[in-house]
Amino acid sequence: MNTTLLTSAGFSSTQPVGLLWYLTAAAILFALGLTACMARRNAIGILIGLELILNAAILNFMAFWRFGQSATNDTSMAGPMMGIFIIVLAACEAAVALAILLNLYFNFGSVEVDKANRMRL
Amino acid sequence: MDHTMLKCGLAIFALPLVSFVVLGLFNKRLPRRGDFIATSVMGLALGLSLYVFWRAWSDPRPVFVNLSFAWLPMEVNKAVLGGILIDRLTAVMLVVVTLVSFLVHLFSTKYMEGDVRYGRYFAGLLLFTVSMLGLVLANNLLYLYMFWELVGLTSYILIGHWFEKKSASDAAIKAFITTRLGDVGMFIGIMVCYLQVGSLQYGDLFAAVEQGGLSGAWRTIAGLGLFFGAMGKSAQFPLHVWLPDAMEGPTPVSALIHAATMVAAGVYLTGRLLPVFDPPTLLFIAYIGGFTALFAATIALVQDDIKKVLAYSTVSQLGYMILALGVGGYVSGLFHLTTHAFFKAGLFLGAGAVIHAMHHEQSMSKYGGLRRKMPITTVCYLLATLALAGFPGFSGFWSKDAILADVLAFAMLNGHWFLVVAGFSTVFLTAFYMFRQFFLTFTGKPRDHHAYDHAHESPLPMLIPLIVLGTLAVVGGGMGGWFGAMNPAKSGVEQVRGLREAGFTTPLMDSVVQQSHDAETPHAASSEAHGDPLGDAHAGEHSPEAEARHKAHYMAMGLSTCLALAGILLGAAFYLQRKDGKTLLDPGRVAQRCSLAHRILWNKYYLDEAYMACFVMTTRALAVISATFDRLIIDGIVNLAGWCGWAWSYLTEIFDRIVVDGWFVNGSAQTTAYMGRQVNQSQTGYVRQYLMLTVLGLLIISSVCAYAFYGYWQP
Amino acid sequence: MNTDTAIQTVAIWQGPNIAFWMITLLVLGSGAVAALSRSIVVAAFSLFFTLLGMAGYYVLLGSSFLAVTQVIIYVGGILVLLMFGILLTARPMQRDPKDTHWLYLLAGTLSAALFVVLAHLIWTVPWRAGPIQNPPVGDVRPIGHALLTTYLLPFEVAGMTLLLCLVGAAYLVRRRER
Repeated sequence: MNTTLLTSAGFSSTQPVGLLWYLTAAAILFALGLTACMARRNAIGILIGLELILNAAILNFMAFWRFGQSATNDTSMAGPMMGIFIIVLAACEAAVALAILLNLYFNFGSVEVDKANRMRL
Repeated sequence: MDHTMLKCGLAIFALPLVSFVVLGLFNKRLPRRGDFIATSVMGLALGLSLYVFWRAWSDPRPVFVNLSFAWLPMEVNKAVLGGILIDRLTAVMLVVVTLVSFLVHLFSTKYMEGDVRYGRYFAGLLLFTVSMLGLVLANNLLYLYMFWELVGLTSYILIGHWFEKKSASDAAIKAFITTRLGDVGMFIGIMVCYLQVGSLQYGDLFAAVEQGGLSGAWRTIAGLGLFFGAMGKSAQFPLHVWLPDAMEGPTPVSALIHAATMVAAGVYLTGRLLPVFDPPTLLFIAYIGGFTALFAATIALVQDDIKKVLAYSTVSQLGYMILALGVGGYVSGLFHLTTHAFFKAGLFLGAGAVIHAMHHEQSMSKYGGLRRKMPITTVCYLLATLALAGFPGFSGFWSKDAILADVLAFAMLNGHWFLVVAGFSTVFLTAFYMFRQFFLTFTGKPRDHHAYDHAHESPLPMLIPLIVLGTLAVVGGGMGGWFGAMNPAKSGVEQVRGLREAGFTTPLMDSVVQQSHDAETPHAASSEAHGDPLGDAHAGEHSPEAEARHKAHYMAMGLSTCLALAGILLGAAFYLQRKDGKTLLDPGRVAQRCSLAHRILWNKYYLDEAYMACFVMTTRALAVISATFDRLIIDGIVNLAGWCGWAWSYLTEIFDRIVVDGWFVNGSAQTTAYMGRQVNQSQTGYVRQYLMLTVLGLLIISSVCAYAFYGYWQP
Repeated sequence: MNTDTAIQTVAIWQGPNIAFWMITLLVLGSGAVAALSRSIVVAAFSLFFTLLGMAGYYVLLGSSFLAVTQVIIYVGGILVLLMFGILLTARPMQRDPKDTHWLYLLAGTLSAALFVVLAHLIWTVPWRAGPIQNPPVGDVRPIGHALLTTYLLPFEVAGMTLLLCLVGAAYLVRRRER
């Protein structure tokens, strides 16, 4: 690996933790969330996975905001702003998702997604 | 060219033709089916013919009209020629044909009264008359042949008038086929003539004979071929078998066709073309004629049917005419033709009157004593019979005597005494069987009383022809002198010259006449060179032929008179009944004694049976073989072709069903459905599966994007 | 203010490795449990811890406001909502007989593949990163300011969206006359 690259990216044994680690953590979280989405039988389990993915995204934004600022761009609050909006939207989405889930529960008698397989040929 | 005669000749031909067309089309709608039209038209034609004859009598030229025209134009300067010829012979024939035809028409109006096909009958008579007139008016072999065939056809139609009777239709077919056989030979003869001469005009033929264009083997073949046709039509042995059977037709038809005219066509042909025949052919002709005369007379001795006797008598007399022509007696042969026409027609019509009176009973064994019931008929019949038998003074005597004189003269010069024997013995036989017939029919006690009671004299339309013909049988002999004067145009060169002067000529004819002018040889030599045994009448009075004829004349006259009287007396002895009903000699005992001979004669020498076995059976067998071949093999092939079509369509149907429908049509549909079902399985409805697939897709796309642009990210 | 800033700065920079690794452990551990456990209740509870850990991350990255917002809304709102959902639709736990293991395995493989791609990208792409700056101390004011100036439109839209979602969710679960 290119040491200048890593140095500029914030990797050093004496320096605090840099960008790449945060990105890696976000990537792992994202992978975990994706697994949950794909493999969970329960609809709420899928929603949990979805929350994990969203959180990984916020983390990504925050990491890039923190380590991507330039001197002149001091007061841009892009990171937190994105985070706020994502949280808001996550809330909306969770509400609607629960509404759909309840409908699913009333129609099929169970929350397992395998049961909702009528849309097939 | 005598234009008046030409116009008359054309009118004589055209009038019956028009009348035929009218009758043929409209006879059902005309009153009395138009018989008065036919009869009056024939009367008109007769008048014109008599006028032509009168003009011919006073005209010294040998040929009056010879007109040829391009009948069928072919190439630029070539055409098939047709033409009309009127000379003395033609004038005589015209009178004979129209007179007999008119009398037959008149007779038929009463005889055929109430017949189911009355109009068609008269149309047939008219068509026949037209054909016969065309035949005698022709000036070339093509027209002759054409009308020859027409005559045969109309004879067929008229013989088979009552075609519901199987015997009648069989007889008609027999007549047609037998004469047709003769016509094949005639056609060969015509073809040889055309091949050698290049033309079918009489003038060209005679000129070619003179010049040598038609000579040697070709001339013999042509002559024999043409004579073969004459044999067929004039019923000479062995083609005579149709004439007795032709008696199935109505009796007036027999009178017209089979006594006076059609059978005379053969004699006319032979006489017309006499210069064409070479000596071997003429000898052959003479022998055929003599043999036929004797042969037929023997058969006539034992016949029971009145018409059959007359039929065989006709054959025999025709043999006489042919014999006369064969020995070179142009005059005598044609003279006898004329007299025979009259008295034979009279005999047939008389027989018709008898048959009519006896309610269509034709067997003489049922007749007897009819003279009391039908006196006029008896008298006319007697006159005609005496003429036929050759009783001195009657017309038949003069003509038969002329023939016998010629035959005797020929034999004196050239041998061949068989002809003399045949000729004279036939005189005896003829007298015998004719008087046998007369006595059986008109004298003695009636044998069938029932029919006898109903017998009556004939009505007037039937009597008039009988009276006319009876009279002619007596006085017709006076024409002999005129016939003698007809002789001049006999030699070939004379004929050609006469034809040229009458109007039409060809280069060949011109060259011949030119040659004869240059040659300056006497007639006797030229006619000698061309083999006419008796030579020309203009030949010198002291030529050997003239001498022979002079001597023979009186000898023949005496001998024939004796033989005729002998025959009459013998006939009276056998068949004339005395007051007590018995005859002097008993025919029955004679028949018993000579039963074998009687049987052979009765069965006409078994000739019909022989023909049946030889020819008819063979033809039938051939027909059966051909039919079987056709049915099995030809039809088999046709059926096979049809079956192939079916088999092919069967295979095609299978192919269509399995391959086209099964594989392509159904197969494509099934394949699509199968693939659809397979693809269908991806639509599981499982959300998780969908998500996994989505992630997989994302993975692929992101990998592609990342690594395809990898180089871009490097600094 | 200065001491506040200094404390905060020291807090951030002095113990970041340890803090980072501890929070990472918390987050990833509870995240794994949330993703992979069989019981949905256990998954919800571990999600709680994951979300708390995320708040810690935000603090480390310099935005305490976001951390608090996360705790209040995410944990206190969304998670509670999820809990409600679980409780409302609770059924006797069924151990799915058929396809548990291999499905997790398959999903895990796919995710791992995606992670590998991402990791590779992260570690090899030359990110345009500036020098490390001190984060602003006390970020409420700038956030508020930005909300009403730079991010005014998203702010309003977010409000609308919330309204819509409320109405929509309420509509979706209305009582139907059967």
